Amino acid sequence: MSDKKPERRDFLFTASYAVGAVGVAAVVWPLVDQMNPDASVKALASTEVDVSSVKPGNTITVLWRGKPVFIRRRTQEEISEARSVKMEDLIHPEKDEDRAKDPEWLVMLGVCTHLGCVPLNDKGDYDGWFCPCHGSHYDTSGRIRKGPAPLNMEVPKYEFVNANTIKIG
Amino acid sequence: MSDHEYTPTSKVGKWFNDRLPLLTLANHLTDYPTPKNLNYWWTFGGILTFCLITQIVTGLTLAMHYIAHADMAFESVEHIMRDVNYGWLIRYIHANGASMFFLAVYIHIFRSLFYGSYKSPREIIWIIGIIIYLLMMAAAFMGYVLPWGQMSFWGATVITNLFSAIPLVGEGIVTWLWGGYSVDNPTLTRFFTLHYLIPFLILGLVVLHIWALHVPGNNNPVGIDIKKPSKDTVPFHPYIVIKDGFALLMFMIVFAFFVFYSPNILGHADNYIEANPMVTPAHIVPEWYLLPFYAILRSVPDKLLGVVAMLSAILILAVLPWLDTSKIRSAVFRPLYKQFYWILVADVLILGYMGAMPAEGLYLLIARVATAYYFLHFLVILPVLGFKEKTLPIPLSITEPVLGGSTNLAMAKNKESLDN
Repeated sequence: MSDKKPERRDFLFTASYAVGAVGVAAVVWPLVDQMNPDASVKALASTEVDVSSVKPGNTITVLWRGKPVFIRRRTQEEISEARSVKMEDLIHPEKDEDRAKDPEWLVMLGVCTHLGCVPLNDKGDYDGWFCPCHGSHYDTSGRIRKGPAPLNMEVPKYEFVNANTIKIG
Repeated sequence: MSDHEYTPTSKVGKWFNDRLPLLTLANHLTDYPTPKNLNYWWTFGGILTFCLITQIVTGLTLAMHYIAHADMAFESVEHIMRDVNYGWLIRYIHANGASMFFLAVYIHIFRSLFYGSYKSPREIIWIIGIIIYLLMMAAAFMGYVLPWGQMSFWGATVITNLFSAIPLVGEGIVTWLWGGYSVDNPTLTRFFTLHYLIPFLILGLVVLHIWALHVPGNNNPVGIDIKKPSKDTVPFHPYIVIKDGFALLMFMIVFAFFVFYSPNILGHADNYIEANPMVTPAHIVPEWYLLPFYAILRSVPDKLLGVVAMLSAILILAVLPWLDTSKIRSAVFRPLYKQFYWILVADVLILGYMGAMPAEGLYLLIARVATAYYFLHFLVILPVLGFKEKTLPIPLSITEPVLGGSTNLAMAKNKESLDN
């Protein structure tokens, strides 16, 4: 750096660059943001599912926001298996009570938290789900137990509209 | 190029050339002095140019019939295969052309590794090459998504999900890439746009790649600096043009074999099933040319570190000119490097095989050892080798080994004693 004193012109340069940078950012942002989910995609935010025909031990898969959602009506054994697991045995500790408000119904995104494949029902070492892509095992609460996935399968926001209908989203 | 003096003979040519020196450029390209000992491994630059042009021409014609929409893409590809005149031929050339492109680029890269073509003063050529290679992978990946089959869809899902490994912003980036909450129509349309754009970016970079090459001139199998033009060089035309042309013909035979006799052998049958977001195919495997990196991804048990390892495996090539500390370029004069070079070739082939196998048991173990060795080669072996290796004496000129016993040899011996 020279030890020349800053002049009026230096101020003008700096101010021009600063204003120019703000202008460029203002133009770039719409070009970047147009790639985010648009209004029509966001409008499909919720879906209602009739679950009256699901028997204990069965799983149905429905599409929500383009992703599969597993809705499983769990058997007593599955519930007790999920609730008896010690927290310290879990990679991503979450109580089954927090994941399934109504213990009989497990609602979660059927998306492996590793790289997004759809795990297979009633497979794997923990009687829950198994992801065929890279070998992640999930238990009867959809919690990751073994394999490369870092997190439990996500439980979306959902509620029972009435005894037979679940609203997801 | 700046030192190039050329005057067209015709009056019109001179008039034009004074205003836009295109003829000077053409003359530079034909007269360009080339080392006379270039072997057939040097013909892949021309072959790659052919591959790029083939992909652009077949791609443009396919785009006249393809429809980039989640509901129609799969059907439009089948329409190309069944209804469009010669559609099957154009699509098979384009699909197999991608594999041929990668086959040629891998040979081109490994030729550089063997003869030290990435070393000073050719680092910029090399780095531009690595950028081209990265763009090729992006274009190939997005092109594979366009038919909207099961492998398209799930390949896109798995690869875009790699970004979710980034802490904090990862999920946001993935949603932004998708334009939704899963791979869907917005993803397809933007992939089509980018797949269309990238080949032209590559074309621009190829121009820079060749421009940067023409500053120092070609490396050669002996790997020494040569005087240009001299007894060690021949003009590009007709000598190299003919040689490149012959090699290209041989390459086209291999290309045509795949297109006409086994057009689907390099693809996956699952991609003839339309994309279904509810069902993942039992085995998700990328195209063969990405398998070594896929094996590296899977051999690391942690999600983020796996992604980091995979990207590093590619980006480490960009700093190769500085990792390799040896002043000698060609492996011909580096007895130890030559052995490590072939071990690396085997290592990459093993990684490729492991990438195609399920990630479990012995496969996983071998993939992990091979991954560790890959990084060991670049980060430890190459830097150390430059200091430890006893290299063979290099000749002073390309002609010298042929004229052994001449005064040149005495000069070489003299040079060697100076080096020590």
